[in-house]
Amino acid sequence: MLRKFHRWPALIAAVFLILLALSGTLLSVFPALERGMMPLAKGGQSVAELATLAMAAHPGLEQIRRAPSGKITVWWFEGNTPGSAVFDPTIGKDMGSADPNAIEQWLINFHRSLFLDDTGRIVMAVAAAAMLILAVTGSVLVARRVGGWRNWFVRQKGPFAARFHTEIARLAVPVLILSGITALWMTAVNFDLVPNDEANPAFPQAVSGQTGFAPAQIPTLRATAVTDLRDLTFPADSADVYTLTTGAGTGYIDQGTGAQLSFAVSGPWTRIYEWIYLLHTGQGAYLWGLVLGLIMLSVPILAVTGMLSWLKGRGHGFRGAVGAHAAQIVILVGSEGGTTWGFAATLARALVATGQSVHLASLSSLTPERYKNARQLVVMTATWGDGAAPTSAKGALEKLSSPTVPMTVLGFGDSSFAHFCAFADTFAQRARALGWQMLIPTDHINRQSAQDFNRWGRAFGLAIGRTLDLNHQPVAPRALSLVLTTRRDYGEAVQAPAAILRFDIPQVSLWHRIIGRGFGRFQAGDLLGILPQGSSTPRYYSLASSSADGFLEIAIRKYPGGLCSGQLIDLQQGDLAMGFLRRNPDFHPDPTAAPLILIGAGTGIGPLAGFIRQNRAKRPIHLWFGARHPDADLFYGPDLADWTKAGRLTALHTAFSRHGRKIYVQDALRENADTLRGLIAAGAKIMVCGGRDMASGVRDALGDILAPLTATDLKLQGRYVEDVY
Amino acid sequence: MQIKSLIAALAISTAMTLPAFAKTVTFTTHMAQYGGPGAYIALYVTDAKGSLAGTVWMAGGKTRYYRHLTDWSRLTGGGNVDVSAVTGASVGSGQTATVSVDMADALFDAGYTVHLDAAAQEMRESPNEVAVPLTTAGNGKTSLGHNYIADFSYKF
Repeated sequence: MLRKFHRWPALIAAVFLILLALSGTLLSVFPALERGMMPLAKGGQSVAELATLAMAAHPGLEQIRRAPSGKITVWWFEGNTPGSAVFDPTIGKDMGSADPNAIEQWLINFHRSLFLDDTGRIVMAVAAAAMLILAVTGSVLVARRVGGWRNWFVRQKGPFAARFHTEIARLAVPVLILSGITALWMTAVNFDLVPNDEANPAFPQAVSGQTGFAPAQIPTLRATAVTDLRDLTFPADSADVYTLTTGAGTGYIDQGTGAQLSFAVSGPWTRIYEWIYLLHTGQGAYLWGLVLGLIMLSVPILAVTGMLSWLKGRGHGFRGAVGAHAAQIVILVGSEGGTTWGFAATLARALVATGQSVHLASLSSLTPERYKNARQLVVMTATWGDGAAPTSAKGALEKLSSPTVPMTVLGFGDSSFAHFCAFADTFAQRARALGWQMLIPTDHINRQSAQDFNRWGRAFGLAIGRTLDLNHQPVAPRALSLVLTTRRDYGEAVQAPAAILRFDIPQVSLWHRIIGRGFGRFQAGDLLGILPQGSSTPRYYSLASSSADGFLEIAIRKYPGGLCSGQLIDLQQGDLAMGFLRRNPDFHPDPTAAPLILIGAGTGIGPLAGFIRQNRAKRPIHLWFGARHPDADLFYGPDLADWTKAGRLTALHTAFSRHGRKIYVQDALRENADTLRGLIAAGAKIMVCGGRDMASGVRDALGDILAPLTATDLKLQGRYVEDVY
Repeated sequence: MQIKSLIAALAISTAMTLPAFAKTVTFTTHMAQYGGPGAYIALYVTDAKGSLAGTVWMAGGKTRYYRHLTDWSRLTGGGNVDVSAVTGASVGSGQTATVSVDMADALFDAGYTVHLDAAAQEMRESPNEVAVPLTTAGNGKTSLGHNYIADFSYKF
């Protein structure tokens, strides 16, 4: 819902916002240019002194005005000719034309009204209001995504365009909000929607009628600093007076006696306006103006990246959907990375082919009462993390209301993970509890299996009285060629070939990066998907390097009969593999300085080694590493020694299952129970990577060591994460 | 170019509008090439004592800026009059503004004076830039301005 309030103002106002921002940026340069060319009045110079200098230069002086920028302009009348100049208050000489800068005037006119006077002002004010809405809704969206305002500056994840959008926006947002509010305020002032309490004293009933009191002697002018001056108008005839306007207000001074005849004080609205004007224009604060102008450049960037991520987020390969009211079958999708959309589109196409009308939408959009024509509601959803809703299913559980039509739930996931299809099951359970009737039992699709999906399709078709042959060809991830640069071999001694493989990061053009191709920025713990020859199903390996390292590195072991691991282990320097990046944000070290306990076995050392390699901040890291034999598969042996020396690794504990005391990593944990308890008491986080058996052994050991605290408790506190295969 | 026909010039006091003996007067203002944004102008009439008899025409709609039409502002006690009925758009550099008003015959040759105040944003205030007596003999005569106004005339 909030997304809509972010997207639509953006799409409608984008062009105007870009024009506003670019003209604003250009305008921001002028205060600095002016400041560079113009000497300021010396501290303590009085208006009396300035007036004396100006009168000496121009006997027919009529008016002196000081702009918020400090620029002093004088106007005079000599003979029959009016004259004006910018005036240097330090030497008392003219220093240039007072005519408004034509380019600046043009830009100001364009910026505030598109040359359309009040109509244009309203259009630009609406655009400024749209910018405010965007800044506020965008901030809430970011806060929601990163889990609260405290995490405002947390590193962003995801495709390049979306990430860039967020990273720029979170820096720019305070300034964009300020700029929007001040713009609206200035418009309101212009349309007299803000009270005008500018001092405007009534003209004195009587003046002395005398003339010739020298300004240099007028007490009020002597007491007023030039920095506080706004305007001084000289008397035109003997019945006239000096009119002095300062930051405080406006007063009249008798030209014959030098006495102040009256003074009216400007009200708070005028003061507020002066500040608003300074904040919006940078006039009088040129450095702020430059900062403002620079930050305004974020607007076109935000418009483009926002548009790109919107275009990318739509389009899931199915056209011909009908509205929620009209559809006979409503398909709702909960997806994290987008693969579930592909399955949903296949189902939608098959249903349309049998003459059904279909509505396809995200699971977050669930509103049962809108499906007036529906006969079936199909929920297809993945799971995020430990059973939470994936992005496009956020809030769906809460929106489940009283039952309307029969429902079918289909879960997508990977059965090797502990919480396989947990969200789909939770959703189905909640629906049943609310009284929804299930058309067929909830089913699960493992690892995007086309066979599973086809089987489910036949069952679903049977239940709705149609023949469905779902032939889903998953869209192959856009893999790029990876060149193997080095390999380090392990494991021959135990007849279990293993290796650390290092590939070059494929270079892609900026455009491809912007639209999310290529590898972009990645961290150790993210996954490298490898497409083995002869299979369209990728295998995933935890990365042992980050993009900052400048290479892609994985630790692999050859599994008996393993297609992908077999091909990888046979790769020689210069050979190619097809790979792509999948982000795994759950398995990254948190950005705090709390100690890290890393526990890994076998090739599970990969991402942990990557974390240590990047530990330039020398955060305390304690590694427990289980291998078979020190001469066989002690991956990163020499590196671990180097990193210890460099302070990136605090302590290393090894456990060998086929050497010496023949112990497992969980045994090594028990032996260091006191150390572990101390670290946990100090707020340490635990990260575990390795096989499933090892992981459950580690959980048990930790439960014993930390009793009554368990691994599950720590997980709930966000202090325990696993990457298990 | 502006043409504004004011059958009932509301801001002008009743003494000025006596329909039985009235004529239509056309005021023409040619603006100088003063090279700035649109100018605000007050065209008003004072009586023999120098008091404001009425405002014939205002160019520029934002009352916040009327204080810069200094003389007019003083005569109206700080712009404290409603001139919305006789207000038009501000007049740009080099443009010509024409305004027609029905005026009582009694106003002519009776000591009344027509004044123009002008000002533009970020530029000088130019009170009383033109001041010409309202007389029968003045019909069609041109007076020169010196800042914003090139020349001014009235005709009936």
